[in-house]
Amino acid sequence: MSGDSGGWLDRPRNVTRLVYGLAIVCGGLLIADLLYHKHVEFDFEGWFGFYALFGFLAFVFIVLLGAQLRKILMRDEDYYDE
Amino acid sequence: MSSFLAGLPPASIIIVGALLVPLLKGRARAAFVLLLPILSGVQLLGFFGLPEGAQLQIDLLGYTLTLNRIDKLSLVFGLIFHIVALLTVIYALHVKDAVQHMAGLVYASAGIAAVFAGDLITLFVYWELTAIASVFLIWARKTEAAYRSGMRYLIIQVGSGVLLLAGTIVHYQATGSLAFDHLGLGTTGTNLIFLAFGIKCAFPLLHNWLQDAYPQATVTGTVFLSAFTTKLAVYALARGYAGTEILIPIGVIMTIFPIFFAVIENDLRKVLAYSLNNQLGFMVVGVGIGTELALNGTVSHAFAHLLYKALLFMSMGAVLYRVGTIKASELGGLYKSMPFTTIFCIIGAMSISAFPLFSGFVTKSMIISAAGYEHLMWAFLGLTFASAGVMEHSGIKIPFFAFFAHDSGLRPKEAPLNMLVAMGGAAALCILIGVFPGPLYALLPYDAEYHPYTTAHVVTSLQLLLWAALAFAVLMRTGLYPAETRSTNLDTDWVYRRGLPRLIGVVAIGVRAAYRAVTGATNMAVGGVLGRVSRHHKGHGVFARTWATGSSVLWVAGLLAAFLVMYYLR
Repeated sequence: MSGDSGGWLDRPRNVTRLVYGLAIVCGGLLIADLLYHKHVEFDFEGWFGFYALFGFLAFVFIVLLGAQLRKILMRDEDYYDE
Repeated sequence: MSSFLAGLPPASIIIVGALLVPLLKGRARAAFVLLLPILSGVQLLGFFGLPEGAQLQIDLLGYTLTLNRIDKLSLVFGLIFHIVALLTVIYALHVKDAVQHMAGLVYASAGIAAVFAGDLITLFVYWELTAIASVFLIWARKTEAAYRSGMRYLIIQVGSGVLLLAGTIVHYQATGSLAFDHLGLGTTGTNLIFLAFGIKCAFPLLHNWLQDAYPQATVTGTVFLSAFTTKLAVYALARGYAGTEILIPIGVIMTIFPIFFAVIENDLRKVLAYSLNNQLGFMVVGVGIGTELALNGTVSHAFAHLLYKALLFMSMGAVLYRVGTIKASELGGLYKSMPFTTIFCIIGAMSISAFPLFSGFVTKSMIISAAGYEHLMWAFLGLTFASAGVMEHSGIKIPFFAFFAHDSGLRPKEAPLNMLVAMGGAAALCILIGVFPGPLYALLPYDAEYHPYTTAHVVTSLQLLLWAALAFAVLMRTGLYPAETRSTNLDTDWVYRRGLPRLIGVVAIGVRAAYRAVTGATNMAVGGVLGRVSRHHKGHGVFARTWATGSSVLWVAGLLAAFLVMYYLR
């Protein structure tokens, strides 16, 4: 794999750059909440950064609960032996 | 020609044509299978020119069956079914196996014909035909696991049809009507029909046939399967049970629970099957809310979903076709040698996640907004939570673990040309719908006005999705994201694959022990009686001895003598 191991994404530094880039965009989106009038159906929608925080926490919750579920649900690959 | 074709039963061209497929070979067959959905599409364009209502009726055994009922709901489903059928036929052009072509075509045409059925009997016939035709797409994999899974699938699907027929008969007895219009819950007949639809729509606890069977089908078979069965059920619910409130909690649960299974699943086509279940939940909620905006949301979301879900299954199918496995634990780094498939997969992932400018954004938001307008707070929160979940399993997990993640060292060839054309077509439609939602909105059954591209909607959607992506980055970097491992995860199919067989095993042991105890006791009791009987009647027993004639005469003479003596003494 020497031919393509020098791909841009293969360098950890570049992946770190991508993550920082994403964090900056996320910060910008949070600030954007201050710049427009939000018409809301529910009060909580109007809270500053509600959707950002909700998205972040929901994602973490889903992944961590999923990892716990493995303890109950996970079996060998050939469990059903078909 | 279009008007001549419009007089034929819907999709009949494909059904009849499918039977001729085995007679052709090579390029002639490829051209023929492509021609069928195109000709049927021309027929469909003719339907758009017909007035609404029953167009084609036949009398059978005293019942009037409506083979073609035209209205906006049947037309929009008929249109998207044709588009997906054509794309999937292109995707499957390289397949040599005639059975798969036939099964795919008959299955697609049964789905199309079913949405034009104006009565419950016609619906039932096509409902069962989708089940029977589609199982061959699973069996065509030719593995033991696929055979068994197909059997389970067939039993459940045919079972749904039997419930539909039973409900239809009870409903007819009660009302004298076979019409398939709004039914609503409340009578035995309509409750049974609701259950039949619920099985095919993969309601919670009735869902597991989907995740069991779809990943077992062939590369191209799964793309066919992902399209017709469940969306036919969504159509049937929208037609028969719009505004049925129980569908709101059912749908919300459907959007949420598959997310957790998708997180831990290793087979990426099974992840997509859970994801499909979750998407159906959004549509079911829309049917349950039942307002014009919500129903438009359901129909448009089904339309967009059919395209991006087919696209995602196509991209994972291309990986399976080239690599020979679709397990996340074995994949990674494929973007280097399959760049087009990677890009198409990402377009599908962004569409299902509802990024602005992609199709899911302009359709799913209608359903969530409708929940907001009706002040259904829990449904609103549930669907928003589920949207973050979609970002997890379909937005990130599918493309990331297949094409990026750790480099598996695999360098498969890019997907075949026909697959790339099909994926390219689906991807282009995903973007077109996202950028120009107007034409799709014009096809929807109601005139509810909706504007997806407001500042608030764009910003809040991006906040939700990108902060979820940031959470993914944080979890990956901190090592908290669970690694992909080879495994089987238990779901409700455990009940009938392990639980019930074990229960039957335990019951069998119990029954055998009880049987032995009872027969043992009976044998002893009966044996005692038999022993006594045989002592007197068997062998040299008193009653079994043979007696000489003379002694008999002596006995008789003695009896007579005793009789005489008694007579004289009287």
